[in-house]
Amino acid sequence: MAENILSKKYKLVVIGGSAGSMEVILGILAELKRTLTLAIVIVLHRKKNGESLLVDLFSSRTSLVVKEAEEKEKILPGHIYVAPADYHLLIEKDFTFSLDFSEKVHYSRPSIDVTFETAVDAYGESLICILLSGANADGALGVKKAKEAKGLTMVQNPEDAEVSYMPAQAIAIAQVDLIVNGAEMGAIINNLSIQ
Amino acid sequence: MITDEEVDWLLSDLLEVYGYDFTDYSRASIKRRMSRLFSLDRFPSFAEFRFKLRNDEEYLKRFVEEITVNVTEMFRDPTFYKVLRTEILSVLATYPLIRIWHAGCSTGEEVYSMAILLSEANLLHKSLLYATDINPSVLEKASRGIFPLSQMKQYSENYIQSGGKRDFSSYYTAKYEYVKFHEDLKQKMIFATHNLVSDRSFNEFQLILCRNVLIYFDQHLQERVFSLFDYSLESLGFLALGSKETLRFSTISTNYRQHSSKEKIWRKIS
Repeated sequence: MAENILSKKYKLVVIGGSAGSMEVILGILAELKRTLTLAIVIVLHRKKNGESLLVDLFSSRTSLVVKEAEEKEKILPGHIYVAPADYHLLIEKDFTFSLDFSEKVHYSRPSIDVTFETAVDAYGESLICILLSGANADGALGVKKAKEAKGLTMVQNPEDAEVSYMPAQAIAIAQVDLIVNGAEMGAIINNLSIQ
Repeated sequence: MITDEEVDWLLSDLLEVYGYDFTDYSRASIKRRMSRLFSLDRFPSFAEFRFKLRNDEEYLKRFVEEITVNVTEMFRDPTFYKVLRTEILSVLATYPLIRIWHAGCSTGEEVYSMAILLSEANLLHKSLLYATDINPSVLEKASRGIFPLSQMKQYSENYIQSGGKRDFSSYYTAKYEYVKFHEDLKQKMIFATHNLVSDRSFNEFQLILCRNVLIYFDQHLQERVFSLFDYSLESLGFLALGSKETLRFSTISTNYRQHSSKEKIWRKIS
């Protein structure tokens, strides 16, 4: 794992969060350095409406570009993309986004698993997969698949999480690489980016 | 989980055996749908899945219905319907006969929503609603006008948010777990199979609705469908897309003006 981390091979960070993850995400964003070369995709469970508020809120914490992911959009380094409300966000092998209004997964749309699994398919070992606080099993399977594809997997310490169920589920089914407190994650992401 | 190579095999089987061309669908979505169906139907091996698809026409119907997404709602995105109600219908009202095309209508929830709008504007009697989809089985459901009772609370809320003033339940009769929408809403609906990938224009319309269909197509196929719509739309007609879809990057966009910045409605200006 240490080798993994030092190799700086990563291109994309996908972050999944549900109940209790908002503060953690805001904290991560505030830490990110302006020269970050990784692209970041955030999938957050929430009510149907209000996505533009989320983009505004996230933008207020970082000087990096934050925007809602649009279908067929090319994923660019140093950009932060937010999954739109009420659509699944899929990642294509040509590193573009697709949207999908299919059935909810784990009662959720966007589903974290859907984004994680397609990101694993597209990015394989250059993916960093992060799962945060939540009361739902969504994301656990995606973490497992990221690990199997030799991506880097990072899960919020359940004791640090406001709601421990989601990170605990991931830890239960996958050999997660890093279990860390939310406050440490921003610095770790910075270190994984090419300087 | 199905591999990329297996996805390619199934796609070529569909084209070769049945003439269905899904090769220009967004790949991540189609792969996910195929994998989902494979595990849902509990095939012991990929070979058996493929054999079933190639040799069983009944299974083909299920396959096509399951790999395409058929999740829809009545009055989905209520603000969109509010704009239709308050700004678009008054323009359509000036025509002696209003022709509307719901392309990729799935199980018809949006077609019934439109019929309710037209009926409340007293325009339904001079309208024709063409509702098409690639799947015969979803059209069959659409033409019955029977939907789960469990959805009605949400639909009723959407209806009110769209500016509806009546009691939503006055449009249907509930029986057990289902509701049946009244026959008069159906009178002006015409259901037919139409494949946006391969079929041609079949009429001219003043309004085409194709919402949350193009997100499943790659850019090449999106462009083809936009040309088809352009060809099928009268001058000054309207094209309505899903909330995350846009005409902006298409070559036909120069002939269109977005009706309002918030809703995905474009008007053909030349």
